[in-house]
Amino acid sequence: MNRYRTKESFETGGLDWISLFLFLAMVTFGWMAIYSVTFNPEYPGILDMSQSYGRQLMFIGVSLLLGTALLIIDAKFYSAFAYGFYALAIILCLSVIFIGSETKGAKSWFALGGFKFQPVELAKYATALALAKYLSTYDVNFRELKVKLIAFGMIALPMGLVLLQNDTGSALVFMAFFLVLYREGLPTWIVAMAFYLVVLFVLSLYLEQKEVLIYTLALIAVIAAFLVRKSWKMIGLVFVALLVSIAIVISVDFVFNEILQPHQRARIDVLFGKGGDDYNVRQSKIAIGSGGLFGQGFMNGTQTRYDYVPEQSTDFIYCTVGEEYGFVGTAGVVLFFVLLMIRLVMLAERQKNRFSRVYAYSVACILFIHFTINIGMTIGLMPVIGIPLPFFSYGGSSLLGFTLLLFTLLKLDANRVNEIQSLHD
Amino acid sequence: MGYRSRQWFYYLLFSLVGLAFVIRLLSIQVLDDRYKSLSKDNFLKRVVQFPPRGLIYDRNGELLVYNDAIYDLMVVPRQVRNLDTASLCRLLKISPEDFNSKMERCMQNPYRSSVFEKQLSARTHARLQEYLFDFPGFFVEIRTDRRYKTKSAAHVLGSIGEVNDQIIANSNGYYRQGEYTGISGIERSYEELLRGSKGVKNVIVDVRNRTVGSYFDGQYDTAAQAGQSIYTTLDAKLQAYGEALMQGKVGSVVAIEPGTGEILALISSPSYDPNLLIGRERGNNFMDLMRDPQKPMFNRPLNAPYPPGSIFKAISSLIGQQEGVLRPETRYPCGGGYRVGGHTVKCSHGHPSPLDLRGALMHSCNPYFCYVFRSIVDQRKFSTFELSYKNWYKHLQTFGIGTKLGIDLYGEAKGILKTEDYYNRIYGKGAWKGSTIISLAIGQGELGVTPLQMANVMAIIANRGYYITPHVLKYVDSIGNPGPRFEKHFCSVESRYFPVVIEGMADVVKMGTARVAQIDSVEVCGKTGTAQNPHGKDHSIFFAFAPKENPKIAIAVVVENSGYGSQWAAPIASLMIEKYLFPDRETKRKYLEERMLNADLINALNHEQVSH
Repeated sequence: MNRYRTKESFETGGLDWISLFLFLAMVTFGWMAIYSVTFNPEYPGILDMSQSYGRQLMFIGVSLLLGTALLIIDAKFYSAFAYGFYALAIILCLSVIFIGSETKGAKSWFALGGFKFQPVELAKYATALALAKYLSTYDVNFRELKVKLIAFGMIALPMGLVLLQNDTGSALVFMAFFLVLYREGLPTWIVAMAFYLVVLFVLSLYLEQKEVLIYTLALIAVIAAFLVRKSWKMIGLVFVALLVSIAIVISVDFVFNEILQPHQRARIDVLFGKGGDDYNVRQSKIAIGSGGLFGQGFMNGTQTRYDYVPEQSTDFIYCTVGEEYGFVGTAGVVLFFVLLMIRLVMLAERQKNRFSRVYAYSVACILFIHFTINIGMTIGLMPVIGIPLPFFSYGGSSLLGFTLLLFTLLKLDANRVNEIQSLHD
Repeated sequence: MGYRSRQWFYYLLFSLVGLAFVIRLLSIQVLDDRYKSLSKDNFLKRVVQFPPRGLIYDRNGELLVYNDAIYDLMVVPRQVRNLDTASLCRLLKISPEDFNSKMERCMQNPYRSSVFEKQLSARTHARLQEYLFDFPGFFVEIRTDRRYKTKSAAHVLGSIGEVNDQIIANSNGYYRQGEYTGISGIERSYEELLRGSKGVKNVIVDVRNRTVGSYFDGQYDTAAQAGQSIYTTLDAKLQAYGEALMQGKVGSVVAIEPGTGEILALISSPSYDPNLLIGRERGNNFMDLMRDPQKPMFNRPLNAPYPPGSIFKAISSLIGQQEGVLRPETRYPCGGGYRVGGHTVKCSHGHPSPLDLRGALMHSCNPYFCYVFRSIVDQRKFSTFELSYKNWYKHLQTFGIGTKLGIDLYGEAKGILKTEDYYNRIYGKGAWKGSTIISLAIGQGELGVTPLQMANVMAIIANRGYYITPHVLKYVDSIGNPGPRFEKHFCSVESRYFPVVIEGMADVVKMGTARVAQIDSVEVCGKTGTAQNPHGKDHSIFFAFAPKENPKIAIAVVVENSGYGSQWAAPIASLMIEKYLFPDRETKRKYLEERMLNADLINALNHEQVSH
């Protein structure tokens, strides 16, 4: 491709209509679900600001305005202000710990007048921009250890602050950025090891008898050692890996009992069917399960309409989809999300500079974490972790946050033809 | 170089997670039906609509049993959330231990409603109603409970009580735990008519257990069918009068309308107030009644077998004539006793001798009927004595002795009448004959007749040879439902043999042992009995029917351990007959009525026993 562009090529590459369509479809579908569960016959107007559906409609309007504004702003703005946003986000995340208001045990909200604002939404956005900016700086090479550590630090800082706000769910979302780093050259073995550790951790929690797991690991180690018997160095490595694994298996109980909070332990117990009050998950599964193939129809979901499902317009909004639109609806939502995430990765890959690509991957991975945890939770595959389902859940902060993430990406993508190809990709 | 190919890792990761979700969704939404019913368990509450139970009237349309609303506190344990146990205990006035044990019982069926607290008082219900919102999972179910307008006829009317596991199991799913069914008397035998049929209203409730609407506009609801009202054959006034007369006495009265088999009065004394067996105190009262040494719960007229005494002589007279071994003019000598081996059956009456049949009945001559009895059971036409006895036995059965009559009340006993096998076992085959069992001739020995059977025998004599199964149901209050039919049974004795016996019984009242039973302007036929028994004084027994022609009432009265038949049983029977035939007539025998009403034989007896 021609690296020296003429003036004529300063043009828009066009808006990605596929992503925009998926966004609008999901926001509309989400609003219908909110309307269905929270409909109050005393306030039938869809614009009634005293009702969730009225307010959500307003949030949708605001986010469309925001989206338009984001598309109008010069693309350079995002890169130029990346660090500024990051600094602002960190300050807000820090100050919310001291002056924020508390909801359900998490001190993560600023109450501004009648509206509430969650700085973590900004932090996600700012971290994505800052990480993209840092990795695209021309003398930064991700292969260097120092760069890796700085990148990790940039992710860990807001994540830690969110943890301090006692908002574990949102903190987990920052894991998305580690996933992004794989594309940018994080060695496969680190990613593989991370997966291995997660699997080991889950298995240790799940299995009643840890001895079985330890014996299995030992057996695998013996087989591995036999396969690499020519090299003493490899055998040593296998041996060390075995010891570390066993140490992790044994320490899981400690982590589980001492580090996790009681309600988190309870949720994990529920997930593995080890008792505990499974009311939320049960009701959620009943709601989704009773939808059948085609669902019970708009406004006919008894589980959700009559409040059996907790947090049904926010974290458990997917239940309404399941109950009223059945498998067709739920599978449709899954399909929309997978399509959008894949589309975003495709957009990322067609970017010419690293900034846009890292940013696009960040958006895709953030959506992925939300999607996995939220839907997984409602169908009993994940412990209950309170994070919203993007575009569906009721709430201005969340909707505006995702609009910010997505429309910035759309702008960057539309502007890609004006960018100079990054030197290292 | 670059990591461009790593984009495939992301495509794969996203797709795999999406696929896993779709598979999971397919399994819980499409393949697993469980969640649909679980969802129904949540929002669908089947509110049982209990129909009002049928009312019970007496034969003249006087209301005896009716309904009143009661409130049961129900709970669906799985719907209980954030329960403030202490305040609920305070409202219900129960202890936390009570609460726990009740809750534990209800937890056996965590998704269904069970009765948490039965029959709240109106006060508790009103107070609870205000706070019920604070106790999700709890609700009040309104049912009706029985109320009795009368203090009498407890044994006939019966009572309702909670179903037990066995009743539930046998009801084809009709009854559920905590529901009520008739457990005795008419309430039990006509349960299916009285109860009507339950309806079900399907309502949608929200998580706070508030009703938010009907399910499919009530398409699956069923309406409750009210129970049918029943008119019993009882005459409430006669029943109450009889109970008053029997006050302070242990015994029974059974009065039957001979022509129809309808029971006019069925008295067991001592009895109890049926109102004791309703409401919250039912259980305690029931236990008190069960422990009462006078056994008020024992239904004597249906269950207590008594030796019939002299009354049996009337039956022997009929069978003898039918067998052709006795004619009205047959005379037997009476030397003050009938000697069999070393045993003498005495005659205490001091009368001219020899007597013919009518005279023997009037004077109740023991030796005469020993001859009659032996002539029946020692007949030469039978090859063995055993066959002859069997023939006699069959005759008795057609009089309803030793068999259940089939009254429409539960717990009827068949009395005592021994088969030949019994005597074979005791004396050896062929080693016994009429003289061995001579006590039967005068209604003593191995013979037990319930007051119901006694009254029925009187109905047979009054009808000159048949009876209709005695019953307490007159008709059912619904169009096109004639109610059950009751069969007519002929006894083995032809009607032509009855007049002489009836004349003899009329003589008993006119100039014999039961002159006390005479009633102004009505000819009463009766027979006294004084049944010896090994436990204390003789039972005073009297059977009668009246008027002699076109009898309207047949009655049997037993007063335990009180003496001669003429002393207590005859006056009571006579007063009752008079009351029934002339309900508006003031009796001229005030002194007799007073004496009967005021006699407290139970305490006198106790006193006597203590002084011994």
